[in-house]
Formats: sequence, C-alpha cells, structure tokens
Amino acid sequence: MSWWETFRSGFAAIRSHRLRSSLTVLGIVIGISSVILTVGLGQGAQQEVEDQIDALGSNLLIVSPGSTTDSSGNRGGFGSASTLTYADATAIADTDVVPDAAAVAPTTSSSVSLVNGDTNWTTSLVGTTTAWLDVRSRELSAGRFFTAEEAAQGSPVAVIGADTASELFDRQTPVGQTVTVNGTRLTVIGVLTSSGASSTGTSEDDQAVVPVGTASRLTGSTSDTVATIYVEAVSEESLAAAYQEVQALLANRHGVTTAEADFSISTQDSLVETANETNRTFTVLLGGVAGISLLVGGIGVMNIMLVSVTERIREIGLRKALGAAPNVIRRQFLVEASLLGLTGGIVGVLIGVVGAQVLPHFIDQAVAISALATVAALATSLALGVGFGVYPASRAARLTPIDALRSE
Amino acid sequence: MSAIIELAGVRKTYRSGSVEFEALRGIDTTVTSGEYVAVIGPSGSGKSTLMNLLGCLDVPTEGRYVLAGDDTSSLDETALAAIRNRRIGFVFQQFHLLASMTALRNVELPLVYAGVSRAERRDRAAAALARVGLAERLDHRPGELSGGQQQRVAVARALVTEPALLLADEPTGNLDSRSTHDVLGLFDELHAAGRTIVLITHEPDVAARAGRNLVIDDGLITEDRLTAGVGAR
Repeated sequence: MSWWETFRSGFAAIRSHRLRSSLTVLGIVIGISSVILTVGLGQGAQQEVEDQIDALGSNLLIVSPGSTTDSSGNRGGFGSASTLTYADATAIADTDVVPDAAAVAPTTSSSVSLVNGDTNWTTSLVGTTTAWLDVRSRELSAGRFFTAEEAAQGSPVAVIGADTASELFDRQTPVGQTVTVNGTRLTVIGVLTSSGASSTGTSEDDQAVVPVGTASRLTGSTSDTVATIYVEAVSEESLAAAYQEVQALLANRHGVTTAEADFSISTQDSLVETANETNRTFTVLLGGVAGISLLVGGIGVMNIMLVSVTERIREIGLRKALGAAPNVIRRQFLVEASLLGLTGGIVGVLIGVVGAQVLPHFIDQAVAISALATVAALATSLALGVGFGVYPASRAARLTPIDALRSE
Repeated sequence: MSAIIELAGVRKTYRSGSVEFEALRGIDTTVTSGEYVAVIGPSGSGKSTLMNLLGCLDVPTEGRYVLAGDDTSSLDETALAAIRNRRIGFVFQQFHLLASMTALRNVELPLVYAGVSRAERRDRAAAALARVGLAERLDHRPGELSGGQQQRVAVARALVTEPALLLADEPTGNLDSRSTHDVLGLFDELHAAGRTIVLITHEPDVAARAGRNLVIDDGLITEDRLTAGVGAR
C-alpha cells in the first residue's frame, strides 16, 4: 500500500468523524497557538527593549552615580547625593585623557511645569550641553538646537520633544513661541523628531532640553552635580577602551579604586542583557505552561486513537483478512494520528499569526512571530501526533484478524 | 488436477489458562483445483477453526497446510497477510463491507494492499462487479444495497485478485431465501467457470449444491462424500 493511499485513507477516516476529530485537534490547536503567542510576546518585548536601548544613541557609555555590585543594581549615592559633577564631564571631554571619547553630554534632570497661556504641562527638564543631540542620536523636526554660545550663557531657550510640543501648542507651530517655567520665559527654538520609543520609564518624546546653566537657574539648584553623563565612543571598536579610560579617570578624580567606585558605567549591551533576562524568565514560564497544554493535547490524540482502534476493530480485522500486513495497519494509524497532530499544528500556527496581529490592539505589547518558532511548532505538532500515535497504532497492528473479525 | 489444499495431520489446540481444548484433532484431506467443497458440521464441531486455518487467519498447532504449493505452517503474520491477499478470496456471513466506501472502493481494497495501480484497480474492480451483476451499482454504498447485493459485492471483492481459493463462511446465513438463491447461483456459475470453492455451512440444502461434502464432528472428518449437486464431477 503506497504512502499516498495511506494518506488518502487517513484523511477519509478523519473526515468521517468530523466532530470528534476537530475536538481532538482543538487540544493541539490551543497548545500550539499559545506557544506561538507566548514566544512571540517574549520576542516582541525583547525587540522593543532593544529598540529603546538602541534609541539611546550608538556606541554609548552611560555614567551614573552610585556603584554597581556584581549583579544587584546600584548601591549608595543615587537619589541622596549625586557624586558626578559637571567638572567630571569636562574632564572626560579632554581628548588627551580620554582619547576614545568622541563627545560627552552631561545631563541634569528634574520635573517642571511648562505653561503656555492656560495650558499647563508637567514634563522632565533636561539640562545639557550642545553635544547632547549627537550623543543621543536625536534629530530635529523643526528649528535648531541651542548653540555653544547659548549654552555658555545659559540663555532662556528650549528644545522640546514631539509629544511635549503637541500637548502645549496643539496644532500651532511651536518654534518661536514662549513657555513659562517657574515664572521665567523660555523661547522654543526647536522640536525633536519623535524617537518612537521610551526608555527607563520616561518618554524620549516628552521632555524639554535646555542648556545646563538655564536648568540650574530654573530649578534654583546651586550644586554642579549631574544625573547622568553620556559618553559617545569614537567607534564601536573603541567602546571598551573608552570604558576603561572613563573608569580610570573618574576613579582617580573621586579618589576611589575601581572596585569600590561611587559611579557606574553601563553600555547598551549590558542594559539589553539585564532587560532580556527578565523577559526570558517570563517567556520560559509562559512557554512552559503552553507546553503543558500541548502535552495534554497530545494525550487527547492518543486517547481518541485508542477509541478509534476499538471502534474500528472489525474494519482492522477485515483489512488484515484482505491482505494488510501488520506494518501497513500500524502505518495507517500512525499517519492518521500524525495528520491530526499536523492539522492542529497548522490551525494553531494560523491562530497564533492572526493573534499576533490582533493582540497588540488590546495590550500595549508587540508580538513577534519568528519563522523558527513557527517551524518548530509545526514539527512539534507532527511529533506529538507520531509520538502519541505509536501505542494505539501498534495495538491495532497486533490484533489477530480472527478476533478482530469476530468482535461485535 | 493439481492440489490447491493439502492438509496433513493438522491439529489445533486452544489454551485458556491451564485448560486445553483440542478444536481439530488430526485433519488429512486434499482439495484439487476446480472442486466445489462444502464443509458441514454442527456448531462446536471445529468447522470454524478449519475455516480460519484454510483462510490463513490462524496457523495449526501441529501438522502441515500447503496452499497452492506454499507451505503456510511456519509463516509469520506479514507473510500470511501476503498469502491471504494473493491466494484467498473471503466471503463472510456478515459481508464485512466498509460502510464509508462505495461498492467500487470496497472491491478495490484487496488490490490496494497488492500494490496495484489506481487505474488498473478501478478497471479490475468494475469488471468484478459486472461479473456479479452489479455493473450499475459501482457508486452505491453498502447501506444503499440489499443484503443479497451486499453479499455479491463481497463476492466481487473475493474474486478481484483472481485467488486460487474462494473461501465462504456461511455466505447465506444472513440472507433471505431469494438472495440465498441468487448467491448460490453465482457460486454455481463460478464453479462452472473453474473456480475452486470451499464453503462452510450448517444448512444441508446449501451443502447439497456442492459436489463434495466434508462432514466434521468433534475435530475430525467423519465423512467425505461426493454428492449429486451441480458441483458433481
């Protein structure tokens, strides 16, 4: 009996019990679609985090106050007293000391209320230098960034994010308008192009960027501490060298050893790694639950195949009497179980793919369907069919024709 | 005339726990090509066991069974399946047609297992159905046919592989008198055309149509007689 005949006969058997076959397949469908979706959610989240971190800028070192122990985050400094100063940033910018740093942007950050007429909008005020735009890989959709001169003087100018602009000015042209912060009028000279991503909780599209001097005057701050120093390395290859140089310089300036540093330097890679670790845990957890439902689906296939063997015992007897060898019978039931599994897999993948399109409309989370996961899901469904079909199939194959024919 | 069936010292013992039951206690007989033989006997006599052995559905505990030149005594299930497929055509009391398939597909079934191509299968199955007078019923399912017609489909299925032996187990047991007459008439024709037929029955008037009667009782052949039936030579 050819494979083609075996497949035809398997299809016919599945079709003749439509309801039962579809209920059996349902178990596999649910299992496969939930595996596809959970893996997709995990990969979507991972992609999103990577995009966000990429949006920070390229070849970037992020120097923050407070030290980092082996794995458990920041210790000391942070929030109570910043140990990084504007002078630290100036020192890093010295190309004789840190030759691998291309640009340095110290930033301060505070929350302020911007007022335009009767519109009031609370956003984060970022005080920085002219290097910020390049270091953070940002672009302007309108106007210009502040100049070195304006930065040095602490001019009352601001470059605002796309979201901030639409909140404050609605459909008006923001450039040239003024906003009031704590009673001081700032002229809006530029609008940032939307980055489409947010990192570390604050939107990159909702902020007001002003010269460092302007920021400290607005917030009444007298210290010259900064929240973060962004350092852009000359190239991707020099990132590690820049890391070493910045670390050595700051340790020296702060009079500490690198082991007990009161600052920490992170790279995009290390941020991605931390974020992915969390995502992976969730993906494994959810994937595990989905995997269990897949297993249950497989047991459903075995159950129904055993019922099918019992129900068709006379048919098996007849086929044997007419010349079907045990192997042919075994193959027939295996093919039937595999078809059930594979059908469930295909439908499950379809539902998973459709779900990946629909789901992001309901939850604020992208779902990435990878070709690898899809192929793996199909292979798994087929393997489930074969694996759980083996026992029923060999039971059918072992039936003696007389017993099978005689049974009522 | 060459021998189709040779049984020599065939015994069949069933064991159920510690209890042994000897269904056949030493059968020796020969059936030659073209014979029409009826095996008769009361229930429990061993005739069903004999039928299973003749049909290669079971193997003897002891003794030799040569079917059309092949010694079947020592074959495994796969080899026996091949023998059943090529050498034997079965007709059962309960017809044993597959309800989900058309008459044509039912008749094709043994050819599927013989590995015959689709086109040839169709032609041969259609010819076999025409041979039993059902040329107009190829696409009917068993449920749409009368009992007599169903049994004729079963006979067509038995004939389609051109087997050496047509083996019928109470073929008229489930039929009314008219259909019985039809099917037995068909057997007469097949015998006249040179087929070897072994028919198991407990009805004397059915047995009387065969040319030779083997009477089985208590696991032994108690009588082997020629009759005046249409099968007499």
